[in-house]
Amino acid sequence: MDDAPQERLRLHIPEPKVRPGATPDFSDIEVPEAGILDRPPIDADDQTLHDFAFAMIRVLDEEHRAVGDWNPHLDADTLRRGLRYMLHTRLFDEAMLRCQRQGKTSFYMKCTGEEAVAVAQAMAHRPDDMFFPSYRQQGLLVARDWPLVDLMCQIFNNPKDRTRGRQLPVLYSARDANFFSISGNLGTQYPQAVGWAMASAYKHDSRIAAAWVGDGTTAEADFHHALTFATVYQAPVILNVVNNQWAISSYQGIAGGEQSTFASRAVGYGLPGLRVDGNDFLAVYGATQWACERARSNAGPTLIETFTYRAAAHSTSDDPSGYRPANEEQAWPLGDPIERLKQHLITLGEWDEERHEALTEELRAAVKADLKTAESYGTLGTLPDEPRSMFDDVFKELPWHLREQRDEMEKL
Amino acid sequence: MIQAINSALDICMSRDPDVLVFGEDVGYFGGVFRCTAGLQKKYGKTRCFDTPISEGGMLGAAVGMGVYGLRPVAEIQFADYIYPAFDQLVSELARLRHRSAGEFHAPVTVRTPCGGGIFGGQTHSQSPEGVFTHVCGLKTVMPSNPFDAKGLLIAAIEDDDPVVFFEPKRIYNGPFDGHHDKPLQPWGKHPMGEVPEEHYRIELGRANVVREGADCTILCYGTMVHVALAGAEEAHVDAEVVDLRTLLPVDMETIEASVKKTGRCLILHEATKTSGYGAELLSLVQEHCFWHLEAPIQRVTGWDTPYPHAFEWHYFPGPARLAKALTRLMED
Ligand SMILES: Cc1ncc(C[n+]2csc(CCOP(=O)(O)OP(=O)(O)O)c2C)c(N)n1
Ligand SMILES: [Mg+2]
Repeated sequence: MDDAPQERLRLHIPEPKVRPGATPDFSDIEVPEAGILDRPPIDADDQTLHDFAFAMIRVLDEEHRAVGDWNPHLDADTLRRGLRYMLHTRLFDEAMLRCQRQGKTSFYMKCTGEEAVAVAQAMAHRPDDMFFPSYRQQGLLVARDWPLVDLMCQIFNNPKDRTRGRQLPVLYSARDANFFSISGNLGTQYPQAVGWAMASAYKHDSRIAAAWVGDGTTAEADFHHALTFATVYQAPVILNVVNNQWAISSYQGIAGGEQSTFASRAVGYGLPGLRVDGNDFLAVYGATQWACERARSNAGPTLIETFTYRAAAHSTSDDPSGYRPANEEQAWPLGDPIERLKQHLITLGEWDEERHEALTEELRAAVKADLKTAESYGTLGTLPDEPRSMFDDVFKELPWHLREQRDEMEKL
Repeated sequence: MIQAINSALDICMSRDPDVLVFGEDVGYFGGVFRCTAGLQKKYGKTRCFDTPISEGGMLGAAVGMGVYGLRPVAEIQFADYIYPAFDQLVSELARLRHRSAGEFHAPVTVRTPCGGGIFGGQTHSQSPEGVFTHVCGLKTVMPSNPFDAKGLLIAAIEDDDPVVFFEPKRIYNGPFDGHHDKPLQPWGKHPMGEVPEEHYRIELGRANVVREGADCTILCYGTMVHVALAGAEEAHVDAEVVDLRTLLPVDMETIEASVKKTGRCLILHEATKTSGYGAELLSLVQEHCFWHLEAPIQRVTGWDTPYPHAFEWHYFPGPARLAKALTRLMED
């Protein structure tokens, strides 16, 4: 036994630098220069890719130019389409938030500030790739040209709600868009996406899968199950972590984000981890495109961390002023994804303020028209169907005990 | 009821430095339902803190802390999210004392909001209490009012066995009898809404007869206690309403005395019917009171479907359904 005085142990509890009342402080976020990272071959050995898990892939520079190896070189029409989808997503969110305030829906969740993630990723995928999203990737559906009226009807639980009033608003299902039914239980979709990808590989298909979770959800065991299965079976899947810095009131340090990046979780499992500026449409597109090509050529799965910021409240049940400084989103060092792509297009001479104004008006009118259509079928309180319908789909066929219960309900 | 829970936690923390409170969003923010508000400020961040979103990790860690000698109180944000922790609860926490023949135990309390009626859809509305009563080694509690919530929670935390403590979220802010179209009554106007400041315990395993009656016995707990009182009144039945409070170990003495007195029994819970806790109650009553029963035992429960967002009020076993079942019970 050593008789030197022993240090007493201390319990460490992580804490964000600032709280309400203080000035936002992002001084320890390193924002590397755009364009400095090379784009490795898509079949590169994951052992040679470790640096990408700690760096940050960025394409748009301070002068709004697209620079470096990761630039996906999209034509102006594609860029304008990306801008349109992001703006459409944002205006849809704003309209639905108003609907919640007006009592037309019980609940809503915005993705403000994170639009580039879902939109650029959906565009980098093929339309028949299978998506296993969380509740904050409505942009995937917008970018797949899925009718917003359908989403609104799901939110309103009206008779046109394809999920027949079963789900909390925003937990969409859209099979025809290759968009999996969203679960309320965090992270469950992650290993499911891996299984779907394994099935696609088993069938010698060409479709790949992608899944999304938030920074907070990386703590769930399902996250780790997915990484293990993905690496063991080299599944053609892209596992995305949307690091928007917050999980309701818990900052990303509570999920272990202070000790290492979320992309670096991949390193220990032996798959590439790419850390990407999530508010840079081109960087998100470029990184996703690389991972898609890799998966599609049997070179295995990729983990992508999109580094972004949740500019809005967690949901309509949340008020962030209780746990983070006001206006923190304005201090976010990576800016706003819509504004950045807009400025890039202007720099290219492919866009201007008038056209942007006109597009905004056009999309606002489109959302308004869609809302009118959706509302004409009913909002919160309009029943989607006969109450007896709740007994359907528990099983493919109704067993006797449910038939009995259904009869009992109807006799009331 | 939120203040009552907060007060119970506060008292336990002030009396015992080994009581730690943690869970998702419970630290600085004070919990999504505000049950832990102010505790981090008062006791410091090593005694009340946020955990990663890992229910399995949270309860695994709680077991380890309990083994060291602490008294952890973990919050699972919604009972619907307790399943990732199932293995730690069922295979570990519940059986630790038994498998080590008493060498190890973990006095963990797991608090979790349950039940529907708040438009939460299928993943914010479940009542999985029956799952935990089925596991040997877990005490299971569900209060129906602030006074009981405080006394039961203190008893749960001070108990040396693991306790799963369900908090019906629909009655966090006031009693709810199932009439969802009526304005919410705050707890302030309810006799059980008055909560003494000081430490007190309500022993686990003791039911409470909240209404004496001669016609029949209603066995219930949580939100359903209020539904039972309303339903009995609407059916003009002189029911004896027994609030079980602790589901495991259940107060058989009180149940038996009441059913033997009235000769008729109805079981009411919000959880799904098949293999639900009501099935256990029904067996117990049958085993203990068979020769005193004048009619078949009735069960009124949630339907055997997931909680449907749009059909919440068709799903919720409210006073109308209860009244109908009571009439049936009295006819036989
Ligand atoms: C298994 C499970 N535990 C807890 C919750 C409650 N919950 C819903 S969202 C959320 C925060 C998730 O944060 P993050 O993963 O960062 O995603 P974000 O909301 O930021 O997009 C929590 C704790 C849940 N839905 N499921
Ligand atoms: Mg997050």
